[in-house]
Order: sequence, then C-alpha cells, then structure tokens
Amino acid sequence: MDTENILEIIKRSDKNRGAIIAILEEIQATYTYLPEAALRLVAEETGHSLTDIYGVATFYKAFSLKPRGKHCISVCLGTACHVRGAQAIVDEFKYELKIAPGGTTPDNEISLETVNCLGACALGPTVVADGHYFPHVTKGEVREIIARTKEEMEKINTETDDRIFRLPLSCPLCKASLMDPDHPLDGHPSVRIDVSANGRKNPLRLSSLYGSGAVAMEDPVPLNQVSPLFCPHCDEELPSFSICPECGSPMAALLVRAGCAWEICTRRGCRGHLLNLNQINLS
Amino acid sequence: MINLTLNGLSISVEKGTTILEAARFYGFPIPTLCHKEGLTPYGACRLCVVEIGKGPGAKLVSSCTYPVEEGMMVRTASERVLRARRMIIELLLASCPQSKTIQDIASRHNVRQQRFRQEHEDCILCGLCVRMCKEQMMAGAIGFRGRGQNRSIGTPFDIRSDVCRLCGGCIEVCPACQARCTYNEPEKAVCGGCANLSPPCIEKEQFHDMMCYMSPCVACEAKK
Repeated sequence: MDTENILEIIKRSDKNRGAIIAILEEIQATYTYLPEAALRLVAEETGHSLTDIYGVATFYKAFSLKPRGKHCISVCLGTACHVRGAQAIVDEFKYELKIAPGGTTPDNEISLETVNCLGACALGPTVVADGHYFPHVTKGEVREIIARTKEEMEKINTETDDRIFRLPLSCPLCKASLMDPDHPLDGHPSVRIDVSANGRKNPLRLSSLYGSGAVAMEDPVPLNQVSPLFCPHCDEELPSFSICPECGSPMAALLVRAGCAWEICTRRGCRGHLLNLNQINLS
Repeated sequence: MINLTLNGLSISVEKGTTILEAARFYGFPIPTLCHKEGLTPYGACRLCVVEIGKGPGAKLVSSCTYPVEEGMMVRTASERVLRARRMIIELLLASCPQSKTIQDIASRHNVRQQRFRQEHEDCILCGLCVRMCKEQMMAGAIGFRGRGQNRSIGTPFDIRSDVCRLCGGCIEVCPACQARCTYNEPEKAVCGGCANLSPPCIEKEQFHDMMCYMSPCVACEAKK
C-alpha cells in the first residue's frame, strides 16, 4: 500500500461526512479492496473516528475489506434468475472455482459473488463477469465463462484491433521526427519528448499507438501535476491549442504528418487525448 | 411556546421539546430503553411509541425523537399504543430473554410470555453504548458495523481500539449484555472487569493493564 497515494486521494476530496464514501470508493478502485491501514489513514486525515469509517466500509456491499481477485464474477440470484435455476449455476461456479460466494481464488485471479438482482430478469439466469453480461447461462457454460474471464476480456489486442493505429509524430515547431526506435513501447518505436518537472527536464516516452496511453519516464512526475512538455531537438515548449476534454488542463500538440495534430493532456495520470484534424496554424 | 393536547390535557411547552420530554414533565409515564439523558435520542427500541393525530390519520411515532408541533394531539396510553408496546416488548424479549432490564419492563407491562422463537442475542442494537462512548466518554471506540442481519456493535476490525480507555461505560449503560464477558478474548476486550472478579483470573498476565469499573475493583491487587 502506498501511503502517499492515499493521502493524495484524501487531499483531493472534501473532508465532510458525505465525502467518506467517495474517498473509500477511490481507494477501493486503486487497491481492489480497503486495506486496514488505508482506513486508519482516512480516519486520521478526515478527522472522523475510525468507527465511523469502518461502519461505512462494512455497511455497503460495494466495499470489501478483503483483497478481491483481478476478475469479478457475479451470479444473479434475484427472483427471476432464481426460479430459472441460478442456484445451480452458483453451485457449478463453487465447484469449478472451489470457493464460496464472497470468496476469492487462492491465486487472487477470480472473486465470486452473488447479487440480488441485476435488473436483467428477462435474460436470467444472468452472470456478469468483469462487466460483460452472459444471458441464459446453463451449467455447461460456466467453465467457458471462467476461461474467458481469465483471458481478460478487456484486453485490447494491439495487433488486430483496428481501433488502434500507429502515428509517426514530429515536433510541430522544428518538424524533427520524435520517433525513438531504440526504446520501443507496445512493440513499436516510442515517441520521445522532454518533460519539465522537479526543476529539470527529463525524457518522457509515449506509445506511438493512438489510444494506448502507455508512458515510460525515467524520473516520474508526481500524479496530477501539470507539467510543460518540450521538443528534445529544438528545446521549445510544445504549443497548446486545446484544453483537455477530460480534466480541463492545457494540452500539448504533436505534429502528425500534413499538419494535423495529436494532442495529449499535460496532467500526469490523465489519459485525455484527441486528434485535431484542423490544420494547425503556428503563426 | 407550542400548544398541544396531551392525553386530552391542553398544555404548552417550549419549541424543540420532544414529546417524551413534554409527557414526562406533565407526569405521564412513557417507558424507554434506548433513551438516556445526556445522550442524543436515537429511537432504536421503539418502546416509547405514542399515537399522534386523530381518526384514520393517527399514527404511531417514537416520542423520544419526535419534536412537539402546534395543535398536535398526543395519546401516550391508547389501546393501540399499548398493543404496539406489548408487541415490541415481546420482540425484545425474544431476542434477549436473559436481560434483566427487558424482563423488568415486560413484567411492568404485564407481558408474561412471548410468541417468538428465542434468539438469546447479547445485543439489541439500541446504540446506547455507541453514544455513551462517543458523546460522554469522547472516545468513539465502538460503533455499528455491517448491515441488516449482520449488524453488530464493536471495535473496528474486532481488535482492541487505540482510543478505548477501558472505562466500562459501554457495559454500564447496556440493557442487554450486563455480563458480556470478554474474558476469553482479551484482545477484543472493552472492560476486563469480569476477569478480575475471581481469583484464578487475576493470575492471568494479559489482564494486568486492565481497569475494572466494577466495585470492588481488584485490578490493583493483581499488580501486587
């Protein structure tokens, strides 16, 4: 557990009673559960007693005090699913995963849960694995659902997914290429720029795959810090044409051939990016 | 001042008074369990139900949390109130049949038996100890945990709280668990008093730093 990170989350939120849930949600999103030390830290920083925080954390089913698996399988046990045999599906999952509902496999891969209604009664028995709905589940499909869940349904294949494409980039000011074949990211040459932070300029490498968002840097910039980005060739600051649609921080533009720009958010941790197809006017 | 009718008697009390306070001031007894002066009203036990309004619009409310309203008609001992109160007593008895406090209330209200399966819980979740700890002892060492069937009172993570001073205030106010003994689990203890009462326990080292609210306290003897 990273104390700094949790302090950061608490600092960003309000300190009143109503904000506790938001803080806990954010911690849970980061660590998949609420570590004891994190709850103690929240109590200390917000000025509420630990019993209050613990009461909230145990009241809501969305919070877990035990580490959860990487993947979450929820089996609906609502009335409609139940009469269509959801209990048999739960038993099958219990048998296949060898854990009870609410438990996590020893390898920390899969958590099994039962929920009371997913609101998709016509599709029952319903199983949700990592946000993907499986309708009319039969016992025979259980094994397949587990296998697909383990394969990470969310994972995007950079080779075959046509939502991902590679962009050769250059500096909009000096037009020098920013591609760095010596340090590949996502299996392709990375985009090398400089970031000014901690009082000096450090190299920052971005994935050249549009939408990947992978970043590598030698001296990590603190999370949420907005730092200016520079071209390593002409040493000029990359121009800003837009503000980030995600967080409102200024964006930095990189030149994509024929004058259109790939703009990236300058706030560390923000994945805001856009492709500006207008001809950028540098004058 | 607010004017209202209390059991047919026209009275006027200060704004912000609860029905319970007004009724007690004018001498109408209302039984309570989770109410204690000096602690914020909580309305958990429902023993203090009274009937307000008239005709078909009359409803039962908990008098300890209901502030008086202008022109309100309150009945503290109508047929409906007494029936509801007896039912509540039966339910309390079913969950904590061994509690002396609840047995006394039952006998006062002529409840001789109850119809429900006995649970033998040691807590009715009235919240007295939680409020005592937070409001009078300024500690906040114990609180409610979980929800619904799993709701319980205790320290976070079920381990000895850093802010607990072992004052025993929680056990002092508790109507259900007068003898909730933590002797077997000293790491969860909020009192330790019971452990000090019989000589064999005094030998046990884990109780040495405990203080006993009971009198006579023999914790000091254990130190010798």
